Amino acid sequence: MTDTALEAAALGKRFGRLRRSAGWALRDCSFALPAGRVCAVVGPNGAGKSTLLALAAGLLAPTEGTLSVLGEPVGQARARVGFVAQDKPLYPQLTVAETLRMGGDLNPGRWDARAAERIVAGGDLDPKARVRSLSGGQRTRVALALALGKRPELLLLDEPMADLDPLARHELMGVLMSQAAQHGTTIVMSSHVVAELEDSCDHLLLIGGGRVRLAGEIDALLETHARVSAAADTDLAPHTVVESRTTGRQLTALIRPAAPLPADWRPGTPSLEELVLSYLRNPEAQTTAPGTPAKSPEESAV
Amino acid sequence: MLEYRIDRHSGVATYVQIVQQTKQALRLGHLEPGDKLPTAREVVEATAINPNTVLKAYRELEREGLVEARRGLGTFVRRGLGAAPADSPLNAELDGWTAKAREAGLDRDDVAALFTAVLDKHFPTQFPEQTAATQHSQGDPS
Repeated sequence: MTDTALEAAALGKRFGRLRRSAGWALRDCSFALPAGRVCAVVGPNGAGKSTLLALAAGLLAPTEGTLSVLGEPVGQARARVGFVAQDKPLYPQLTVAETLRMGGDLNPGRWDARAAERIVAGGDLDPKARVRSLSGGQRTRVALALALGKRPELLLLDEPMADLDPLARHELMGVLMSQAAQHGTTIVMSSHVVAELEDSCDHLLLIGGGRVRLAGEIDALLETHARVSAAADTDLAPHTVVESRTTGRQLTALIRPAAPLPADWRPGTPSLEELVLSYLRNPEAQTTAPGTPAKSPEESAV
Repeated sequence: MLEYRIDRHSGVATYVQIVQQTKQALRLGHLEPGDKLPTAREVVEATAINPNTVLKAYRELEREGLVEARRGLGTFVRRGLGAAPADSPLNAELDGWTAKAREAGLDRDDVAALFTAVLDKHFPTQFPEQTAATQHSQGDPS
């Protein structure tokens, strides 16, 4: 197994090249995701999350830059990659059992029928039911069974939990985490709901406006940022300010400290959601250097 | 087998919750030397938390000498904690006292306040494991 599951360098994707309205869905994306991580791809609607996942799955070709998957050029590692697209594409006329058999036939030598059947069984699905007759959540379950049955080394999931009720969400997230614990599977999943992923993921890729705003280990990202409050006229230099607000005589800010902070700023560690929202609200805030997995000098002290 | 309950709104880091609940089980004698902790896989399947969070908690317990990881076998308890197993006479006395407090008309908060006050009197400088979590939320980068 390779050490890096995904590595992008100056990756960009433009749709509609010929039209005037040609737009970059993703541009200048550089990051590296170590193997064995569970990575949250977070960003607002239209940020480029789905484009990034489809590029990694080899379903879209990059317009510029490069992307390597499990140490190989994108597309060549397809047998080792599982992908569940946002609309959970399945054949509506097949039954659940036929869909799983298809998974076995299409993935000779890799297919884990028991794992796939167990996931389907967890939802009380009738194996003879046609996919067409299933609810959105049930379809998600079948799509995940198909992807996990393949025993992928890299699992790409686009908004996997959106259609699921809280109970199924918790159960299937547990199944995914157990897959990661048992096989060291790298999992990349997108969502625009940060809270949904916070406990399950250890790595963050924050996408905004088609660019990578923040990438790295979640613990390290939280430790290298601080929420502070101080008097309104406080000069925050030399720290990097992500967001600051003044209310009356009080200044509150989210900063990336460049030096130890004075105690009277009452520094605190932000939550993941606070961190993400601060960056998204401030598109011009300076982000970490592209590709730097947030390994700063401060981290070594932990 | 020990089951962890993760409260995501408690403000206590998830790995600290696992450390605290393991120590609680050791204190009460629900876990004894030689017992096996659940595997990371079992914990994450039940709680849907990240596997590395469990490993981080187990490493912390290992560093404190409470458990040891045996390669390929799992993580095992090395020593118990404190001297207050669930079946000790002290437990029975406290149980009796609490029943008396209830008969006397005290409610849960009254009992908790009374107990905490006495606890603070006898153990004035003792901070619970909460300190680990508090330090965590300080966010001091140094």
